[in-house]
Amino acid sequence: MENFIISMIIAATPLLLAAMGELVTERSGVLNLGVEGMMLMGAVVSFAVANSTGSSTLGIACGAGAGLTMALIFSVIALSLLANQAATGLALTIFGIGASGLIGQSFVGIALDPLPKLAIPALSDSTAFGRILLGHDAMVYLALALAGGVAWFLSNTRGGLALRAVGDNHDSGHALGYNVIAIRYLATMFGGACAGLGGAYLSLAYTPMWAENMTAGRGWIALALVVFATWKPWRLVAGAYLFAAVTQLQFYGQDWGLPVASQFLAMAPYVATILALVIISRDVNLTKANAPACIGRPFRAER
Amino acid sequence: MIVLEPRPQPSRALGLLSPVIAIGLTLVAGGILMALMGRPPLQALEIYFFQPFEEFWLWLTLPADEAAMWLYTPSEVVVKAIPLALIGAGLAVCFRANVWNIGAAGQYTLGAVLGGWLALGAPEGASGIWLAPYLAAGVLGGMICAAIPAWLRVRFNANEILVSLMLTYVAALLLDWLVRGPLKDPAGYGFPVSKDFSESFVMPVLVDGTRLHLGVVFAILAAVALWVMMGRTMKGFEVRVIGAAPRAGAFAGFSRDRTIWFVMLLSGGLAGLAGAIEVSATVGHLQPQISAEYGFVAIIVAFLGRLNPVGALFGAVILAVSYIGGENAQIMLKLPKAVTGIFQGMLLFFLLGCDTLIRYRIRLALPGRA
Repeated sequence: MENFIISMIIAATPLLLAAMGELVTERSGVLNLGVEGMMLMGAVVSFAVANSTGSSTLGIACGAGAGLTMALIFSVIALSLLANQAATGLALTIFGIGASGLIGQSFVGIALDPLPKLAIPALSDSTAFGRILLGHDAMVYLALALAGGVAWFLSNTRGGLALRAVGDNHDSGHALGYNVIAIRYLATMFGGACAGLGGAYLSLAYTPMWAENMTAGRGWIALALVVFATWKPWRLVAGAYLFAAVTQLQFYGQDWGLPVASQFLAMAPYVATILALVIISRDVNLTKANAPACIGRPFRAER
Repeated sequence: MIVLEPRPQPSRALGLLSPVIAIGLTLVAGGILMALMGRPPLQALEIYFFQPFEEFWLWLTLPADEAAMWLYTPSEVVVKAIPLALIGAGLAVCFRANVWNIGAAGQYTLGAVLGGWLALGAPEGASGIWLAPYLAAGVLGGMICAAIPAWLRVRFNANEILVSLMLTYVAALLLDWLVRGPLKDPAGYGFPVSKDFSESFVMPVLVDGTRLHLGVVFAILAAVALWVMMGRTMKGFEVRVIGAAPRAGAFAGFSRDRTIWFVMLLSGGLAGLAGAIEVSATVGHLQPQISAEYGFVAIIVAFLGRLNPVGALFGAVILAVSYIGGENAQIMLKLPKAVTGIFQGMLLFFLLGCDTLIRYRIRLALPGRA
């Protein structure tokens, strides 16, 4: 049970990072479906940098930068050139799969030391409490801190108010004097950097290596998590841990003697995503209450 | 400052030109990428995008006896284009209705699975007539896989993008389980493959010496039929109105739910058909890898065809050329396969960017002058 919880916390971290970024992007009224592509670029760039320089910190930073750059491409096409956001996001994913495969081809089969654990000697080994809550690597806590920061920013700051205003009604936001496009650029790039961090966690800590398409749909699950959380940061944290628990079923299911083929256990996260979407979406009031009203709609200033 | 100014009327000329401009920009960007990778850019582009056409040209112009040897590459382009065109035509209609079925890869897989299940379960010595139920099973498999997101969307308002996409992973795992479990060939030396389909379940080849098969007829028929439907029938009008202005559609008595069902089943059925055809024509048995990525690439095909089913036919040929060119470049320039994906992603970027020019013109606005 203890191992299960620990592996759940680790599996939740990349989902939480990527989904928290997308939550901010979507609250500004932008739907970026390219999370999968941005995560893959974050994963491959961070691995390549960490492997070449030996510095995992630099690797993580470059992974975030790669995600941010991808988000910038999206922003130019979808926000400045007013292209269909769903299609542009798909293009970003297709491009990311190809580009990460190209960058990563010389890194396939190399293993890296996982990120160091932050151990507090007396506490993190002796008790179950310590082993579960303490002694993870820094990014586990970074993801939680990020969630707290996003929650605080959205509800307690002027910037957060402006971001939500622009996402709920871009015409009013524009009339109030906010630069809608600039705010959306920033929110989208923040989302890209977070997706890059999520990818970096996969290739530096979760499985410290690079493999083509190693995100295996986590970018898409992150998108579903945002809906599942009804665009609320703290619900997103709960959702990410819940999802990670389901993901871990495939590794523990056979140990526990579940009489099911491994492929069906591997389906669990995808089926769970569908179920979660259905449960949340069926209640229109629940989704409508917090969904950014202008999500996915391009904005062009009339004057 | 550069600003976009809406055109009073969408430009027809640019509507036709924008895919051409996008292809041109992709070639330029691709050339730069090649140069960065230390490959001769012009030679690389020639291998990728022109060599397949060159051989087609030779085949057309040379006398019959010399032409035959140049037939292979063009026929391979068509073979690759068949599944892309089938899926792309369906997706074009689906996207027109503003319904985002991006799980065509899963529908393709389930079509292959259901068809394959029939082919492997058919009695010994089944006659050629069995090909018809085989293809029907493919359509049905694709429809089943598309019905799930359609139903969840209509009944529970669940996002069809995410549901259909999640099902691609489920379908791939299902296929993986089948070929490692119930459908595994006992004489397959432990490889995860099913038994080979019997002769009757192999798509008939149309031209000797090539792999060009009957599927091409299906692809052309589907594209033309959908084109007629979209432009000439009430159903097509309904799909377009619901996609462009759902409220107006509701006032006209069109049902959004019915349209979602219709376009999802249509695009899913075609993707399933493509899966059944492809497995029968080029693989001959079930295995974990059945080129399900065609389901994603067909999204680019649909956009390259400007969401017009016949346009998707041309889009499919161009994407097929990039596949064949990519295979040649792998051999001749030692370029990794991933480069093909980069080209395809860039093409969609440029396409979407260029489509802006149809509705807007670009103006230089000087600050202080309003």
